[in-house]
Amino acid sequence: MKKFSTLLISLLALTACGAALAAGPDLGATTKQATNWTAIAMFAGFVAVTLWITKWAAARTKSAASFYNAGGGITGFQNGLAIAGDYMSAASFLGISAMVMGSGYDGLIYSIGFLVGWPVITFLMAERLRNLGKFTFADVAGYRFQAGPIRTFAASGTLIVVAFYLIAQMVGAGQLIKLLFGLDYGYAVAIVGVLMMVYVLFGGMTATTWVQIIKAVMLLFGVTFMAFMVMKQYGFSPEALFADAVHVKTVGFEAAKAAAIAAATAASDAASSPEAAASAASALAAANKLDPAKQGLSIMGPGGFLKDPISAISFGMALMFGTAGLPHILMRFFTVPDAKEARKSVLWATTWIGYFYVLIFIIGFGAITLVTTNPDMAAALKGGGANMAAVLVVKTVGGDVFFGFISAVAFATILAVVAGLTLSGASAVSHDLYATVFKGNKADSASELRVSRITTVALGIIAVVLGIAFEKQNVAFMVALAFAIAASANFPVLFLSVLWKDCTTKGAVIGGFLGLISSVGLTIVSPAVWEATLGYPKGSAWFQYSSPALFSMTIGFVGVWLFSILDNSENAKSERAAFDAQRVRSETGYGASTSSGH
Amino acid sequence: MRDPVIDKIQNHPKYQELRSKRSGFGWLLTVLMLVVYYGYVALMAFDKAFLAQPIGPGVTSLGIPLGFGVIVFTIVITGIYVNRANGEYDALTAEILKDATK
Repeated sequence: MKKFSTLLISLLALTACGAALAAGPDLGATTKQATNWTAIAMFAGFVAVTLWITKWAAARTKSAASFYNAGGGITGFQNGLAIAGDYMSAASFLGISAMVMGSGYDGLIYSIGFLVGWPVITFLMAERLRNLGKFTFADVAGYRFQAGPIRTFAASGTLIVVAFYLIAQMVGAGQLIKLLFGLDYGYAVAIVGVLMMVYVLFGGMTATTWVQIIKAVMLLFGVTFMAFMVMKQYGFSPEALFADAVHVKTVGFEAAKAAAIAAATAASDAASSPEAAASAASALAAANKLDPAKQGLSIMGPGGFLKDPISAISFGMALMFGTAGLPHILMRFFTVPDAKEARKSVLWATTWIGYFYVLIFIIGFGAITLVTTNPDMAAALKGGGANMAAVLVVKTVGGDVFFGFISAVAFATILAVVAGLTLSGASAVSHDLYATVFKGNKADSASELRVSRITTVALGIIAVVLGIAFEKQNVAFMVALAFAIAASANFPVLFLSVLWKDCTTKGAVIGGFLGLISSVGLTIVSPAVWEATLGYPKGSAWFQYSSPALFSMTIGFVGVWLFSILDNSENAKSERAAFDAQRVRSETGYGASTSSGH
Repeated sequence: MRDPVIDKIQNHPKYQELRSKRSGFGWLLTVLMLVVYYGYVALMAFDKAFLAQPIGPGVTSLGIPLGFGVIVFTIVITGIYVNRANGEYDALTAEILKDATK
């Protein structure tokens, strides 16, 4: 959801001003629109259906196990849709289509970065995750390690990732709903908070998964319809669509060139000093050099998205490996009955996500040709910001009813993702901290379930309060940070504990915390936080790359490796000796947890 | 107390076969994916004009089929692995588990 849009907006800002990442306009720049009753009615319908499902799920959520993993009864196909749903957020939908509308091909490059992590997860992690895990990723990472330290680390990693992600989602929800529904920011945040609590509190993982599946189906249906209608206008010829888009962009650049020449000429006429005349002359020369045809054609090739190779690689790593360390994605591997279904889920997820990104690219080009050329739509685009691109396409090709439908889907999407995030945060507290660390695995299911529900309410309240507190803040860096932390702290620990025999508790915990601290630290001294949020002068940020992942992930991996090989304690010996048994279970599923908790 | 089944599985010749086959295949596909993706990124980092060149008389650039190609490749390569793992490897695993637990 908001994750993509925040990233995107920052990237758009990057291409636009060529300077600081994430310094650009946030969704905060949106203005409240007229109340959209069609959208509200459709959203009310969605809420009614999901609450009914929650009621049904509540009857099945009697134990802690069913709360965490839906009793392991989700099929691979269903789970694939749910995982895809986590990925096809309101913001990837609205943000990537806006990015395509703005800079064309760069939007495709960006979306590919999000997709390519999935095969790697499939080949190296999916089956092992399912075979070793039960409820949380700490079950996997801490399989042969001392419960206290590793669970404390995993819970910290989870809660920090969830916190940043949640704030970004809540702020995004408020801005988006203001935009699409014409509701006040505070109401929007409160509605999201309350509904999300109801889903998680009563329906647990079963409801959270089904809400996500329903939303994914609605969204896939919506984008399929939109892309179909756009292509239909061009006789299903991509070349015709691209050619028209290039033409529209060229016309726009011609107008911009004429305006620049006029402005420079006027400045030259009004110039009172030789310096002013010289600067006007050079502005005129620059304006005359502009080549609108070439600028228009630039949407067909890579632009300013990948500023320098290091930023490109670093950002790519955060996206690719961050996915494999996001707690709310990892927990979805535990809802299926076995490794076979886990693999099927990633294949379905990859398929749907890839399909979605192809359609979003078409919709973005549709926005160029249909929205920016229509005076009414262009005015709406100005009022609502570039994120309105996709919904305005639907207004053009589908009318008000479909516009209402897509707006409702965007809201539903936010809701579905925050519910998943809250559930993974609650599991970390109740399963990792309460049941395992404090109660030494002796907590009964009822009290564990009670703790997870209390945590859910607490997280819900915190999310609403922070959502309101951060309304005017630039939160664009928070989702990028969540991905970077997941890639630098959670992923190295998970990866090495599962695949490397000599990994020990000490190595995993120290290395994991080093990855966590370095990813947060480098983000603080990057332009996104140092300059855009803390207000220090431009260029004063110490770390100039778009993402810390290349460096912080290396620190995480080297940390785990170094402190593991230096660890010669008795514990370390027994942990290494336990590797064989762990490997057998991870590779064959012998002893893996089955549909548990009934 | 170590479960004797673990040792039975570990000493099973087919377990070694499963491990070498599957991890070899998994790493091979991982490397392929990394080469394809970072190759694509490298094209952008070092030769933007290559991707921007039109492939025909129209405006459609070479980057379009290449970009969509990466998406399709991602899905296909995942499908190939899942198909083989859910068939061949799972059958092998089932055999090992049957032998070890009887």
